[in-house]
Amino acid sequence: MATIYSEQTPRAVSPSQTDDTVAHNAGAPGSEGFALPSWLPWLGGRVLSGLATAFVISVLVFAATQALPSDPARVILGPDATEDSIRVLQQQLGLDQPILVQYGRWAARAMTGEFGVSLDSNVPAGQIVADRFGNSAALMAIVLVLAVPIAFLGGVALAIRRDSRIDSWTMNAVILFKALPGFVLAIGLILLFSTTVFPILPAVSLIDPAISPFLQPLYLVLPALTLILTVAPFLLRLVRSAMIETLEADYVAAARLRGIPERRVVWGHAVPNALVPVIQGIALTSRMLLGGGLIVEVVFSYPGIGNALNAAIELRDVPVIQVITLTMAVGVVFINLLADVATVLVTPKLRTSSRPRLRAGTRAKLKLKAGGV
Amino acid sequence: MSVVPFVNAVLQVRDLSVTLGDGPKIVGDISFSVFPGEILGVVGESGSGKTSIATALLGDARAGAVIACGSVFVDGRDILALDEAERHTMRGSVVSHVAQDPALALNPMRRIGSLLEEVLRVHLPALGKAGRQARIAEAAADVGLPATSEFLRRFPHQLSGGQQQRVLLALAVLLRPQLIVLDEPTTALDVTTQARVLATLRDLCRDRGIGAVYVSHDLAVVRELVDRVVVLYAGHIVESGSRDHLFESPAHPYTRGLLDAVPDISGRHAVRPIGGHAPALQDRPEGCAFAPRCSLRSASCAVRPPLREFGERRLVACHHPVRGKREDVPATFRAPAFAEQRALAVLGGVSASYGANQVLFDVDLSLPKGYCTALVGESGSGKTTFSRALVGAVEDVEGTFEYDGRLVPLSGNRDIDLRRRIQYIFQNPFRALNPRQTVGQILRTAALHFFPIRSADADREVAAVLERVALAPELAPRYPRDLSGGERQRVAIARALICKPELLICDEITSALDVSVQAAIIDLLRQLQREFGLTILFVTHDLGVVRAVADCVAVLQHGRIVEHGPVDRLLDQPEHSYTRALVADSPRLRETVA
Repeated sequence: MATIYSEQTPRAVSPSQTDDTVAHNAGAPGSEGFALPSWLPWLGGRVLSGLATAFVISVLVFAATQALPSDPARVILGPDATEDSIRVLQQQLGLDQPILVQYGRWAARAMTGEFGVSLDSNVPAGQIVADRFGNSAALMAIVLVLAVPIAFLGGVALAIRRDSRIDSWTMNAVILFKALPGFVLAIGLILLFSTTVFPILPAVSLIDPAISPFLQPLYLVLPALTLILTVAPFLLRLVRSAMIETLEADYVAAARLRGIPERRVVWGHAVPNALVPVIQGIALTSRMLLGGGLIVEVVFSYPGIGNALNAAIELRDVPVIQVITLTMAVGVVFINLLADVATVLVTPKLRTSSRPRLRAGTRAKLKLKAGGV
Repeated sequence: MSVVPFVNAVLQVRDLSVTLGDGPKIVGDISFSVFPGEILGVVGESGSGKTSIATALLGDARAGAVIACGSVFVDGRDILALDEAERHTMRGSVVSHVAQDPALALNPMRRIGSLLEEVLRVHLPALGKAGRQARIAEAAADVGLPATSEFLRRFPHQLSGGQQQRVLLALAVLLRPQLIVLDEPTTALDVTTQARVLATLRDLCRDRGIGAVYVSHDLAVVRELVDRVVVLYAGHIVESGSRDHLFESPAHPYTRGLLDAVPDISGRHAVRPIGGHAPALQDRPEGCAFAPRCSLRSASCAVRPPLREFGERRLVACHHPVRGKREDVPATFRAPAFAEQRALAVLGGVSASYGANQVLFDVDLSLPKGYCTALVGESGSGKTTFSRALVGAVEDVEGTFEYDGRLVPLSGNRDIDLRRRIQYIFQNPFRALNPRQTVGQILRTAALHFFPIRSADADREVAAVLERVALAPELAPRYPRDLSGGERQRVAIARALICKPELLICDEITSALDVSVQAAIIDLLRQLQREFGLTILFVTHDLGVVRAVADCVAVLQHGRIVEHGPVDRLLDQPEHSYTRALVADSPRLRETVA
């Protein structure tokens, strides 16, 4: 998968170094275990650009909520309020100030974790989101912990048995699941497990906010199952196609011709090279779960961040909307950062380079490879 | 076929066939043997099945292909009759394989030390850590690599191309096998590196008594390295014999044609192409596969000729084998009248860089009008950057460019007429043509862009230019994918010619082509140059091609021109030490006449 990534500059080994001189001066980063890794400056730059992205997102979130024509003061006071009382509230909320000043204040408060009070429940918005986010994160963790190994092992197994009967059947099933929208799947599972057929699981996730959701596993089963069924097929296809590509690489053929046993060829030579697309695929899945959990949370009334956002939008609860969208966006930035760092760490060529670079269009290519999300 | 096995042969192949599923044979009826310490060259053009034979010697076939029948006795055991586990044991320890492109054949995720360790762990599990280290040090010394722990901890991308190939060689000799199979192991390397790797290989085989099968399309390399040669055409052996016999008096018309087609550094011989191109796998003819391209064919060629004894220890598959020595046809020598030459383009102080990386340093070069100047250099010497700068395709470039007495900017901003007068032909004809346009559309687009002509006139131009590059006019409605590599490169040349250029820049235009096709393209260029007085800048790394095509040569090293002069003077009496090394390291097809 080295084709996706490239160093920014052409190979450092210049032609002036002949066959033998290279031995003594070409980079020896591997030998000094305790030295600072050469990609550290890159990481710094990457973190800075992540922060810049978060800033831009905050501007957008603020603009899209606070600065839109709909007036929060009117929303709070309702349609019967007098113009005077609206004006007073506008002053109290600072809505009569220039927009830049408003953003400055909001951003300054947001930095300290203070996002204002929910217009609906008068609870600090940050508090609501923290609870709900915990629930969503728990769901996401369960889904990833189960879906990734299943998809990984399944994808490797199918790639080895490429074009066999099991492979073609599984791929057909995978396409079937990909064609089903998440909510149809969710409703189907409810009909199957919560109503007349097998009435064994709760249709609604009535999670007690006082206890960790992990201690109430029964409520997690159906939402998690739905998400696993949406996410795992995508990852499975991704792993399968990445593995097929590496299994056809010259170095795998060369390893086989050295008499390396097949098991070792697969796990020692092919799988490590298939990791990069899989890492990016997991990141893609996590991003999808962050936002795409919404529908599933609504169907199961799961008290997660998606459901909270849905409710907040219905009530025009601006502070809560702001903090949720901001959290989600920063989460996406963070996941991307994590994925890129992991990619650099598992790819020796990038790890030993001082300017590793992800080529543009990689993610689009990934989606294409797995047949769309 | 002799049925009595050669008792002491390390490799004996009998009636080997590899087929595509149940379909056509990729290779068929392959029989040969290799003795200890002997290097056998297997020669063929692309599609002749040489890689299939190479992997079949280890009992492997690429996906989709099947080893249909035959036997491959390595060290007395038939590797095709063994079960999977026994075959794995033999691979690497009795017979080993060295792949074509070292950059692709080494796992980018693994340190080279771990690859070496792995082979020892798998094949010699009883060996302790110290034993393994000793074996690795020994193999590294054999192939001329340092065995320091720092070196072994490197990843493949931290090595040069030559070192990567040496690592592959070390992996191959680590278990002291009886036989090494090498599949074009030096095609990706520079000549100097190639010469060193070949010397290493030769010493290894002589000293250790290892037999080797060296698969290659490069006849010059084969002649320098091997003891015996097997020539393949369309999946069958057409001729085999000792190296000297085969190169001096080849009996099969194809072998003769191939030798005539190879441009050689050692002297100016006419390069003669073989007409037509090798048949694709599915339309190989029933009888002699070479008959459609053969000048000696007769009615009897409709039956496939068997491989027969022809003289002492020689085998030929031909109904009309040729006897006697092969004579070189001297080239029609064209004394370049340098006294009266006029420069079409004069470049002064050209420097170019990509970011912080400067690739050209103050290059001065003038291109004499009506002559072909070759620009020679190893990969990374800046020759492509220089030629791209001529067409204004390099952004960060400084220097002066005087074209036809007029000073023009080097970096872009050229008027349409100047762009028309300088045309560029790319290295890879498989990627230089728009796959969604027909040949006719490709050529028309260029013509209509530069000339204010009507559509009907453009069609006439297309027909005329196709004739000039010796392509049938029926090719106009075809798509590039329907054409062979040589035909595609002709279309690319036609696309340049239809613009009626004065200066043609050819960037390694023959390096992606087979020898017999390359000869035809060289022929075409020479002819175009004679008839239309074209000025050509021919970029290449192959000094043999230079000898065949160029009038003057400029040698580029690390972005500087180190030597410049007429081709005969420069190749026969090189002055600069770098040029001398290049000339000395280039493999030769003929003995140099001092």
